[in-house]
Amino acid sequence: MSQDWEKVKNTRRQQGIGGHGPGGRPRLEKPKNAGKTLWRLFTYLSNFRPVVVLAILLTIVASLCNIAGTYMLKPLINGFGAGLTPMDQIGQIIQMAIVYVVAVVADWLNSLLMVQTAQRTIFRIRNDLFAHLQDLPISYFDSKTHGELMSRFTNDVDNVNVALEQSLSQVISSIVTIVTVFIVMLILSPILTVAVVGMLAVILLSLNFIGKRSAKYFRRQQQALGYLNGHIEEAMLGQKVIKVFNHEEQTKADFAVLNEELRSSATLAQTFAGVMMPLMSNLSYVLYAIVAMGGALLTINGVLDVGTIAAYLTYIRAFTMPISNIANQLNMLLAALAGAERIFEVMDQPVEVDTGTVTMVRTSRDDDGRVFEDPKGPRWSWKIPREDGFDFRLVRGDVRFDSVTFGYTPEKGVLKSVTLYAKPGQKIAFVGSTGAGKTTITNLINRFYEIQDGSITYDGIPINEIRKSDLRQAMGMVLQDVHLFQDTIRENIRYGRLDATDEEVIEAAKLANAHSFIMKLPDGYDTVLTGDGDNLSQGQRQLLSIARAAVADPPVLILDEATSSVDTRTEKQIEHGMDQLMLGRTTLAIAHRLSTVRNANAIMVLENGEIIERGDHDDLLLQNGRYYELYTGISELT
Amino acid sequence: MIKKLAPFMRRYRVPAILCPVAIILEVIIDVSIPLLMADIVDRGIPNQDVALITRTGMLMIGLALFALLVGVSSSWLASTAAMGFGSEIRKRLFSRIQTFSFARLDKFGVPTLITRLTNDVNNVQNLTMMGLRMAFRAPFMMIMALVLAIRINSSLAMVFFVAIPILTVGLGLIMSNAYPRFRALQRKLDKLNSTVQENLISIRVVKAFVRSTFEKDRFRNANQDLRDRALKAIRLVILNGPMMQLAIYACIIAVLWFGGGMVRSGDMLTGQLISFISYVNQILRSLMMLSMVFIFSVRAKASGERVIEILETDSGMIEPDPETLEMMGDEVQDGSVEFRSVEFRYSEEAEQNVLSDISFKIRSGETIGIIGATGSGKTSLVSLIPRLYDATAGEILVGGRDVRDYSLKTLRDAVAVVLQNNTLFTGTIRENLQWGKEDANDEELMAVCQTAQAAEFIEEMPEGLDTMLGQGGVNLSGGQKQRLCIARALLKYPKIIILDDSTSAVDTATDRRLRQGFAETLQDVTVIIIAQRINSIQHADRILVLDDGRINGIGTHDELMEQNEIYRDVYNSQQEGVKDQ
Repeated sequence: MSQDWEKVKNTRRQQGIGGHGPGGRPRLEKPKNAGKTLWRLFTYLSNFRPVVVLAILLTIVASLCNIAGTYMLKPLINGFGAGLTPMDQIGQIIQMAIVYVVAVVADWLNSLLMVQTAQRTIFRIRNDLFAHLQDLPISYFDSKTHGELMSRFTNDVDNVNVALEQSLSQVISSIVTIVTVFIVMLILSPILTVAVVGMLAVILLSLNFIGKRSAKYFRRQQQALGYLNGHIEEAMLGQKVIKVFNHEEQTKADFAVLNEELRSSATLAQTFAGVMMPLMSNLSYVLYAIVAMGGALLTINGVLDVGTIAAYLTYIRAFTMPISNIANQLNMLLAALAGAERIFEVMDQPVEVDTGTVTMVRTSRDDDGRVFEDPKGPRWSWKIPREDGFDFRLVRGDVRFDSVTFGYTPEKGVLKSVTLYAKPGQKIAFVGSTGAGKTTITNLINRFYEIQDGSITYDGIPINEIRKSDLRQAMGMVLQDVHLFQDTIRENIRYGRLDATDEEVIEAAKLANAHSFIMKLPDGYDTVLTGDGDNLSQGQRQLLSIARAAVADPPVLILDEATSSVDTRTEKQIEHGMDQLMLGRTTLAIAHRLSTVRNANAIMVLENGEIIERGDHDDLLLQNGRYYELYTGISELT
Repeated sequence: MIKKLAPFMRRYRVPAILCPVAIILEVIIDVSIPLLMADIVDRGIPNQDVALITRTGMLMIGLALFALLVGVSSSWLASTAAMGFGSEIRKRLFSRIQTFSFARLDKFGVPTLITRLTNDVNNVQNLTMMGLRMAFRAPFMMIMALVLAIRINSSLAMVFFVAIPILTVGLGLIMSNAYPRFRALQRKLDKLNSTVQENLISIRVVKAFVRSTFEKDRFRNANQDLRDRALKAIRLVILNGPMMQLAIYACIIAVLWFGGGMVRSGDMLTGQLISFISYVNQILRSLMMLSMVFIFSVRAKASGERVIEILETDSGMIEPDPETLEMMGDEVQDGSVEFRSVEFRYSEEAEQNVLSDISFKIRSGETIGIIGATGSGKTSLVSLIPRLYDATAGEILVGGRDVRDYSLKTLRDAVAVVLQNNTLFTGTIRENLQWGKEDANDEELMAVCQTAQAAEFIEEMPEGLDTMLGQGGVNLSGGQKQRLCIARALLKYPKIIILDDSTSAVDTATDRRLRQGFAETLQDVTVIIIAQRINSIQHADRILVLDDGRINGIGTHDELMEQNEIYRDVYNSQQEGVKDQ
């Protein structure tokens, strides 16, 4: 069993470095820099500083009132013994009732405030985490599994939440109680307090012993939980393939190994955590016994009186209980810290570099033909900052690559010194075998990845000088893998341009030839797509994604195998629409079907990251080279 | 709910039973130590009996250490039982999902299945842990304290009989109102998680369309919903604490009031009053513990029901019982396929049939092409053969026998499908391929890779078959993934292999070699190819043309060219370039 577990662990670890991103770091297993993490958590809390301060004050009030209530019992009871009736002592009883009510109300207000603060803090942390995730470069997502990032939002956030909601107030109230009671004890009997301090050392040592083990198994438990959740995620997403391969038994067996590891580590972790309570309460009984014996012997010698011992003994209970309370919260606090650290680790990942200052704005021309910014203007222009004001340049869709070199990892080049241009309105096609670097070219234009050498310009402006969001807005993409959202078809198309009207959405759907099948669906455009559009065929999904790009109305269009799953007859039918779509737009198209690239202004034949032939269809056929061979079927791509 | 989940405790019933026993022992010692204490104060000190003091003191220390031991073991027992219980449920839940038909999987959806397997099971497991440790301690402690309190002064104990019912009603009110709020909370959690998941999957689209602000808003809304729901639920639940505290204090004051009178009139001793008050504390502290368990159980109940819902959902696919299989044999004779007036729709609620009136026969070893417009039902048709879905009407025969008369395992072993949306798993290329055949050696692996045109790029990779694939094979190109999926299917050595547009990302030349490889190595295997390119199926023995869920034509390339308009259309649409030559 343990051998299997080792194997699984290694696999999971390697998988982190398997992607072509910069490589995942091994998973953090314990709070490495607790102080710093704690400080950051506090900065989150500091947004609610007055509330937190109030909550802490309330905690202190509640703890003091509780102690005071206990303290007031003694004179009351002594009064009964001395023959006073409750009526005589009504003042004292009312006082006590008031103290109790204050304690209860303070306690309740405190938990109300803490719960709200915790929820609001968690809300912010979640938002910040998600927002930061949105800004991370694609390469980061390549290097992490979804399960791993998901658990930041589930497990880790939950742990922080529990700590904020409960542990914080409990620890504060415990500390207040310990300090107050200790002072009272010291006043009552300094000698007995020495014994208490001695015993306290023993208690703390054993707590430390248990705590260390507990923390160790907690880490193991968290790790096992992470692996198990990863497996669950993958198995659920790939469930259909599992069934097709009759792989259920094997998957169950893998699951059983991970599940068993979680069970055994969780059992140990929970055992050690659960030991805290009996350990504390029974060690406090030992302390109780020692004090009782010692006190009794001292009383016989006349050093102490019985009343003092009785009082002292109750205070020992009041003293040790909050200690065990803190010990109990410790695991939760550790888990929260580890969770917070993992959350902050994601938040500390460098975001996509964006030093671009050129933006895209709507412009009009005045009577002298000068261009000026006008939100309602008819044309898009680049707004280029100069030392004295701005230059405007019409967005035309001129894309150039100048000796661009790129590799997902520095040692493995994917594109080698690629030079090409697409003039406004031209259609440029890329042809080549799988892995030749076609998709990579599109990934570079919209800066999903940064080039290593050379330059790419858009309308003569180096793309790294253009603000990323504006650059991407200036091109529409239809990607190889279609991703749709759990929403209506209408909203999925509208994703291309959020302010598109319903008519524009339908227009775009018609252009992409999606209108007819949409109308056949039970709810038409209001049909809600299930997870990633599972209820549509691959081809239908591609049509929706074309409609989405059409609605965006960008000057540059990038089609990466946009119609690979659409049958050729439908493709033929949308050809007109596609031509319409491409009219006046620069188009970069990747296709396997050579028939779909025939009418391109230029066709680039890529091989091993280099352009080996270029020209239009007729030129290339005349060249009698690679393209000719491909087209006529003489040669074969690998 | 308890009845339905209890069987999962069977394996851990020994610790589950021993745990309360240990806890009761602990409570008994807990209660008796203060009594020994009283001995020292009441008898030891007044009598100046040093021997009694030391003896009782040592006994107390001994008992405390013994209780410590018992406490440690009860903690271990509770953890063993609760964690074991949780892991059994998780295992059963996972196994149950493994039996689900495609239709069932579609119905639930991936995100909720994941939440149920993780978060919901954890909630149930944590409740069990809490329940084992507190649900016995609290009532037992309460009863002990109640008995002792009544023994001291039965009329004063009436206080409890007023306080406890009031508290019970209050707790009941809180719980019954909290339950729907926690259910709503759990649903919002599902929603938030699916938003995150969707964004992780579609991050490229989000970035390409510069929609991060939009997505951030969307997330913020889901997050806000979740926060509001959580606050609504928790605000109610935290009323429990002050309610209990108030009750404790009210009882103490009542006891002081009435007890004070009794002390004065000599019906009660001061010491008894002090003890009585400490029992008040103990009883109400136990109540508080119990109420915590109850409140936690409200949340766990919502989770438990979600778990049970899965456990009680049948697989959605009836397999023949073992005896019938024994009698009839469970072997797929050959790769012939026959559809007899088949009708199909994905769910009973769906209004339109996806397939209607489908009848055709395929001989074993034939190569069949299927062509048709996007959404014409090609994928639906082939998914009926390995019984990924059951036909709504009519019957499908494989090897001359109804598919419903085989065990699913036998049927799916004989029918390999390369799905359109194929998935690779975390692990090496070798591990992924071995899904087809567990004990395949490298030679075998490379042989099928050769046929699937995957051998070359695998060999080019620095670690070859040992190359690790990231989640979903992120480090491979689309065409490479497809070829690996084909190799994986070939390794099953099936009688029927179905390729559902599995070469859409493979370039033309590779596609051609793939077909050649198939023709050479899969002579006895029935091959069904769904394709967009006529080239891919032109040489098939027969081609089936689907249109809007019905068979529009069936025949060889030449026959269809002559008789079938749709086919001719498709052909022409793809041939223009070539005709120029």
